[in-house]
Amino acid sequence: MAVIRDVMAAFELYQPTSVADAQKLLEQHGPDAWVLAGGLDSFDWLKDRIRKPKVVVDLSGIEELRGVRAATDGIEIGAMTTLTGVVNHPIVKQKYGLLAQSAEVVASPQIRNQGTIGGNVSQDTRCWYYRGGWPCYRAGGNICYADTPEGRNREHAILHAERCVAVNPSDSAPALIALDAKFVIRTPKGERVVDAEDYFIGPEIDITRLHILQPGDLLTAIRIPSTWAGAQFYFEKVRDRNVWDFPLLNVASAMVTSGDAIERIRIAVNGAAARPLRLKAVEDAVRGKPRNAATGEMAGKLAVQGAVPLQFNAYKIPLMRNLVKRAIVGIRVEEATWAS
Amino acid sequence: MGFVTWATNPWGQSVPIHIAWFLIWVSAIAGLLFLIAHATWLRYFAKEKEFAGDASPEVIARIPKHIPRHSLVARMFHWIMAASMLTLLFTAFLPKVGTQFNWVTYHWIAGAVLTISILFHVIHASFWLDFWSIWPDGTDVEDARRRVLRFFGRSAPPPRKFAKYPLENKLFHGVIILCGLSVIVTGVFMMFRVRTIFFPRNPYLFGDMTWGLMYVLHGLAGVGLIALVMMHVYFGLRPEKLPITKSMIFGWMDRDFYLQEHDPRRWAVETPSSSTSNSPSSSIPHRIEGRGLTDAG
Repeated sequence: MAVIRDVMAAFELYQPTSVADAQKLLEQHGPDAWVLAGGLDSFDWLKDRIRKPKVVVDLSGIEELRGVRAATDGIEIGAMTTLTGVVNHPIVKQKYGLLAQSAEVVASPQIRNQGTIGGNVSQDTRCWYYRGGWPCYRAGGNICYADTPEGRNREHAILHAERCVAVNPSDSAPALIALDAKFVIRTPKGERVVDAEDYFIGPEIDITRLHILQPGDLLTAIRIPSTWAGAQFYFEKVRDRNVWDFPLLNVASAMVTSGDAIERIRIAVNGAAARPLRLKAVEDAVRGKPRNAATGEMAGKLAVQGAVPLQFNAYKIPLMRNLVKRAIVGIRVEEATWAS
Repeated sequence: MGFVTWATNPWGQSVPIHIAWFLIWVSAIAGLLFLIAHATWLRYFAKEKEFAGDASPEVIARIPKHIPRHSLVARMFHWIMAASMLTLLFTAFLPKVGTQFNWVTYHWIAGAVLTISILFHVIHASFWLDFWSIWPDGTDVEDARRRVLRFFGRSAPPPRKFAKYPLENKLFHGVIILCGLSVIVTGVFMMFRVRTIFFPRNPYLFGDMTWGLMYVLHGLAGVGLIALVMMHVYFGLRPEKLPITKSMIFGWMDRDFYLQEHDPRRWAVETPSSSTSNSPSSSIPHRIEGRGLTDAG
């Protein structure tokens, strides 16, 4: 299939200046409308002419969607706040360093200056069969080209694969799950606030989307409660090159200890499934246990239970096991020893 | 607006991928219109049923109070099949109309239950029941001709009473066989495309065109079943058909209903003993003349 780059199909461009106007437009045009945030995911689709929306609603002119604000309990980040804006915000750095760490390793500085936190959590998968325009399950067809004996699936899912084996590529998503963030969504029926982990869906729920946003819906803000402010954080991203790359896997944890013991913890990984996975079984297993290598080992093994490798991604299983172990132990990269 | 959705595969071939989903609504609305039309016709226009002469008084006198119609095994099959069919329809089409849930696993499990139950039914009906009782025979065709002629005001003798199953039942069963086998055969192959406990996954079992046609056939038969199931439930709930529905629960139907609708000469009935019979003549179980056994055995 010939891919024509740089010549987008014509569309009506709307540039609303308020959330109310944006939502009215999205409601009016329903599935014909495309929401444009930073444009870093959108322009791939549009320039490759794989997606040809009739209407594009550009959110860049809506000031109320920008910025980090103090809330009654924690902070609220506007969905159009750039990743650089998140990384550099003093409260984020001081109290929610996990988010800053995760946002800081997204792609490259130029992309972080343009990309938004809302776009980062709502971006589509990078499976090249899907992005290449093939009629796979995710594109509404009846096959997964990656999950075949010859499919190139080194970057694909090891957990919860259900027909489609694509993975969620967001770096900030697991950090937000670990911080127990809430996503604020404006829908035609009113405002809806969902837990971060419930914002993401796998192919078993809807194979054509990575999140719960329906046509007409708009992610307006992300609220982070103070529950985990100042906790001990761990974020690690493994990628093929150390800049401008999507994660092969990443892990984010927020932990509160009491003496040597883990008092409470939230931990999530991404790049292992079509949605970032909160590892509840691991959280339950390590709670009350000493924060040491043995607990980390046990947590790592527990995390990969049920993992099924594809033809070319078996490496992800020991990788995830080690990342979870390191997140529990809090070990620094330079001190780490890897178990294969 | 096409009935089939097409796509271009990596080799540049245009292949069907599934039916157009608006057909779900077409089937549901068609089913609903049929129900409304039928209920209206029965309520305002239908004439009293008229049948040709009854069996002899001696035969009628030997008919027991309860006529065994469906054995426990047959009833269990029916309800298992009904549950799996409803599960299949809901898990297939609710996600297409906006209710999102983990449908695939439930769908293939229900499909496996349906497949096994149908296989059981084929064997059970072939060797333990009266296999031919559900297939239209010459009398059905002749009676159907009479009913059509009389409906249009032409002269024709009244039709005879039914055998075990009215012609409409038999035709419905035939259509269900067509749709059911279509979804089952295509569905079994489609299970090679997902991870199940039955087969190793093999998406390249067929070429894209064959797979596409399989998905289209599965979809067409599936949406057809929406209307068919609506009709089946509707008839099952109609007051004049309730004795038949009750027989699918309790296994028997009343003597009065049997004599009103069925011909003992066409549907033989075991008369177990005089204690359950209206006849004082015999306490020895015997069979009233007619073709075929009931499926009570």
